[in-house]
Amino acid sequence: MIKDMVEVTSRPRSLVDVPLHYCPGCTHGTIHRLVAEAIDSLGIRERTIGVASVGCSVFIYNYLDVDFQQAPHGRAPAVATGIKRVLPDRVVFTYQGDGDLASIGTAEILHAAARGERITVIFVNNAIYGMTGGQMAPTTLSGMKTTTSPYGRDVRQAGGALRVVELLAGIDGVAYAAREAVTSPARIHRARRAVEAAFRAQIEDRGLGIVELLSTCPVNWKLPPVEAVAWCEANMIPAFPLGVLKDTTRSGD
Amino acid sequence: MKRILMKGNEALAEAAIRAGCRAYFGYPITPQNEVPEYMARHMPRAGGVFVQAESEIAAINMVHGASGAGVRAMASTSGPGFSLMTEGLSYMIGSRLPGVVVNVMRGGPGLGNIAPSQGDYFQVTRGLGHGDTHGIVLAPSTVQEIVDLMPVAFELSERYRLPVVIAADGILGQMMEPVTLPEPIAPPPPPDWATTGAVGSPRVISSIYLAPEDLERHVLSLMRTYQEIREREQRWEAYRADDAEVLVVAYGTAARVVRSAVDRVRAQGLAAGLIRPITLWPFPTTAFERSPRRWLVVELSAGQMVEDVRLALSGRAPVGFHGRVGGVVPSPAEVAEAIRSAVVGEVVRA
Repeated sequence: MIKDMVEVTSRPRSLVDVPLHYCPGCTHGTIHRLVAEAIDSLGIRERTIGVASVGCSVFIYNYLDVDFQQAPHGRAPAVATGIKRVLPDRVVFTYQGDGDLASIGTAEILHAAARGERITVIFVNNAIYGMTGGQMAPTTLSGMKTTTSPYGRDVRQAGGALRVVELLAGIDGVAYAAREAVTSPARIHRARRAVEAAFRAQIEDRGLGIVELLSTCPVNWKLPPVEAVAWCEANMIPAFPLGVLKDTTRSGD
Repeated sequence: MKRILMKGNEALAEAAIRAGCRAYFGYPITPQNEVPEYMARHMPRAGGVFVQAESEIAAINMVHGASGAGVRAMASTSGPGFSLMTEGLSYMIGSRLPGVVVNVMRGGPGLGNIAPSQGDYFQVTRGLGHGDTHGIVLAPSTVQEIVDLMPVAFELSERYRLPVVIAADGILGQMMEPVTLPEPIAPPPPPDWATTGAVGSPRVISSIYLAPEDLERHVLSLMRTYQEIREREQRWEAYRADDAEVLVVAYGTAARVVRSAVDRVRAQGLAAGLIRPITLWPFPTTAFERSPRRWLVVELSAGQMVEDVRLALSGRAPVGFHGRVGGVVPSPAEVAEAIRSAVVGEVVRA
């Protein structure tokens, strides 16, 4: 052993040391780590309950060392509401994809926000249905080809990409709403702060906290991992502007 | 014991709180609106949670969450809302979660009407969502029985780790009857499997078993629970049945009408009796071991429970059917006539 070494990084306590099942280049692993880091830094592992949703990330409960319930497709905010209301001193978060949160679960997320549920929502947007094999999502970009928009998403027929955090930021019950990306170390650092802030909104009893994280799906985008990151930077970030849309600690209310 | 006059829906809500229920989730739908209204007033005073959900879909998933967190939780609704809850019920069954759902049945299909009905029989006994699903279904026929079955519902639900459905109807929900309420009990502590925070190793409540062999093992385990329930939990009431030549089968509100009709035809010398299933699932097949010459099934639906009666009898005796639908409730005189016709019909065919 070399003396006087300082540990600058290590596996977060809340992240289980097992291989991830995600495809090469998928950013779920990075986002799982950000959630684990937030749980560790806030010291809430033993009082955190996660709600897994339907999609590739449904097996998040194999990777985070906290209690979990698995919700029906889109219903994670309702399940989280049930948990949080009966255990108000615990920390409850959902981890949802774009099909789950922005399509089938729009009623649940909107009304959890309207009620100001003290929950944290980690919203992973990769503009496509991953687990089912690359169908058009509510967040699919205009003109983007998917298995159910084979000629490119036609806005006239299928509408345009839904920007959810902008919608939620306008709701009184939301205390923190941000969108970040996980496409570079600098962006990941910003995303880490946003995830932690979304947990703080709950812990400080201010309201619902949501972070949308722009993510990649190399397999269904049919791009190698590195190109997928570049595609997210070039196409998704312009369509889904990054930044903190709402933070009640800043506005003074 | 003090007896007070209470509406079925309100008695149901009070009985749930007294049974240790501390979380209620619901959405307005007639004819059960007094349940959420009562819960909104009284649940917070009992230290419990009331949330008016944005839909029955959300309500049942809130039950999922609260029940998974170890708290006695319930929802109430009527047919159209129950249809929406079946998704969540399937997940609760797949995840082995307890919870109580009350269906105050109304006329269907579709929006139908708000009049009393038993048209959701197939749905509650066969159709608790996709997959190989069952849950215990209790069918009270008086306001007092609603009160008495409420703690039973929570206990059975927790013993077998499956949702329990209380199948009532618009008359039972809306009518007032004198009831004796039980002393309140303290809610039980959360069970070991509840997700309350991973102080030890993490707990997961999930219905996913990706490998076919794993899912088969899980479903076979559910089926063993279903079989245990069939063997141990059949409930029914027999009325003037011992010497009956004709036995009428009816539950809930329909059974009350049949009871009066049985007395009528008995007064005229016809030996009729009543078998009243209290558990619709498991169906009380044990009550059908003795066969009179003739059976008649009376429902506020278009011939649903009659299939279970025929299965239970396996062709040992003819089974007639008399049903009214759309919210129409037959009079005792009408049912008495149906009983007489059933017996005559047998003579004609003999």
